[in-house]
Amino acid sequence: MTALLELEDVEARYGPVHALHGVSLAVEEGSVVAVLGPNGAGKTTTLRAVSGTVRRSGRITFAGRSLGRLGPDAVARLGVAHVPEGRGTFAELTVWENLRLGGYTRRGSIQPELERVFTYFPWLSERRRQPAATLSGGEQQMLALARAFVHRPRLLLLDEPSLGLAPVLVAELFRIVRDLNEEEGLTVLVVEQNAHLALQAADSGYVLEAGRVALAGTSAELRADDSVRRSYLGY
Amino acid sequence: MMEAVTSPLGGLRARGVSMASAAVVYVLLLAAAVTLLVGSLESTRFATLTVSGVAVGAAYGSLALALVLIYRATHVVNFAQGELGMATTYVAYQLIQWGLSYWEAFFATLAIAFVLGAAIQTLLIRPVQHRSVIGAVIVTVGLFILIDGIVNWIWGSGIRFLRSPFGGGSFDVGGVQIQHLYVGMFGVVFACVVLVWALFRVTKLGLGMRAAALRPAAAALVGVRVEWMLALGWGLAAVLGAVAGLMYEPTQLFLTPTLMQQALVFAFAAAVLGGLESPGGAMVGGLAIGVFLELLAGYLPQVVSLEVPFAFAVLLAILLVKPAGLFGRREVSRV
Repeated sequence: MTALLELEDVEARYGPVHALHGVSLAVEEGSVVAVLGPNGAGKTTTLRAVSGTVRRSGRITFAGRSLGRLGPDAVARLGVAHVPEGRGTFAELTVWENLRLGGYTRRGSIQPELERVFTYFPWLSERRRQPAATLSGGEQQMLALARAFVHRPRLLLLDEPSLGLAPVLVAELFRIVRDLNEEEGLTVLVVEQNAHLALQAADSGYVLEAGRVALAGTSAELRADDSVRRSYLGY
Repeated sequence: MMEAVTSPLGGLRARGVSMASAAVVYVLLLAAAVTLLVGSLESTRFATLTVSGVAVGAAYGSLALALVLIYRATHVVNFAQGELGMATTYVAYQLIQWGLSYWEAFFATLAIAFVLGAAIQTLLIRPVQHRSVIGAVIVTVGLFILIDGIVNWIWGSGIRFLRSPFGGGSFDVGGVQIQHLYVGMFGVVFACVVLVWALFRVTKLGLGMRAAALRPAAAALVGVRVEWMLALGWGLAAVLGAVAGLMYEPTQLFLTPTLMQQALVFAFAAAVLGGLESPGGAMVGGLAIGVFLELLAGYLPQVVSLEVPFAFAVLLAILLVKPAGLFGRREVSRV
């Protein structure tokens, strides 16, 4: 079985600063994969390399296609939804306009997707005419996720979904991601500081350190690993 | 959650102030409208001047709207906008010379303007814009000179005549003569502005354009072709500029390459008055400037030569007193 997403020896940099020194990882279709690691390890940059929002080299293949030269809009049209760190909603636009932008690459009606999203987030339907700026931080994070669902992506890139969220909401958010994975076979690559949560939701994971993959394995293997336990799980 | 961290009182106070100032703006506009109405009922001369001011102001508003469209998307002030409108008016003139009817030439010109605007963005602005906004602004100054040179080269600086599409007749409304020209001008500009508004508000493409203008990076992540949207925006702005040029031309005695140079100054004043980020404000600003200048010229003909300095004075006063304009919001970003 070939992976839906495959990174081989991917390097990326911001100006003169190297953020990734040859990262290789694979995400199987229908799986949830977590990327763990300390601050500055290159977790966010790994997602950005996939979605094309950072200059990168090396081989990135998605569904058999090379993403190397594609910009973010082209990657999005191939069916990759990237929910960036810190919401990434259009604060000036209404909730409904944000959701409609999620379906920007889709032809035809997005009504079925909207209805599905409203079953997960009923409050979005009531507040669809409000500017997204009037939502709380947690609500905006939910909106960003809902927008990605309307996209109906083959691959969802989630960057630090728990950042700034109340613990109850974080659990809720991961439950929804897990549901979508089980019910619709959504493939997810998630970057998360909270290793405990991430490994609960994920099938497998990678630990990045200083721009390289330090450790890889199934969630169970990673949970059992001493260094992961000590550094990221805290027991 | 986030609200609890930022001071809710500060937020409320800021909102209260901006609502109060919005109310002041609406009261002022209402007062101006009532003054114009009462004045028009009292004096036919005042009414005639008001009507022509509204019509000419609509043309300024259209040009101001073109400036605002580009400014909102890229923070570039397009100094070539007026010359582009002038050049496309010459294109219409040429098409009519070649035998097209006025309205055939009108719509063909709008199409040509669209392509021209999009091409300018793609070929000249895009390569510079990534590096610096000010670089792109300087390119538009260069374009101003280039377009002026090309028009002078092709058509010469001599005067040309473009027949008014609305004829020379007038309506009689309660003793006030309202020229067909003015009604036509206002109608055409109004229709174009409504179409552009609908494109932005109702269509998915328009939503993509707004998203690309507001947050280019986030827009690209949902699949919006940001560069195409910017080219499209320049195309639409060029169309509005062409409408402004074509509608403004009959109010001048003849067509020369300097057609839009004063109009551009008034459009700048209109755009700043309305708030450089506000499309509605640009139209209101255009109408306000148009009516005011017409009344000024009508009642104080000895100061007519001061029209342009007056427009600059408006610019300066607005920038000093209310930099965001009547309808603009001061940029507030939550950190």
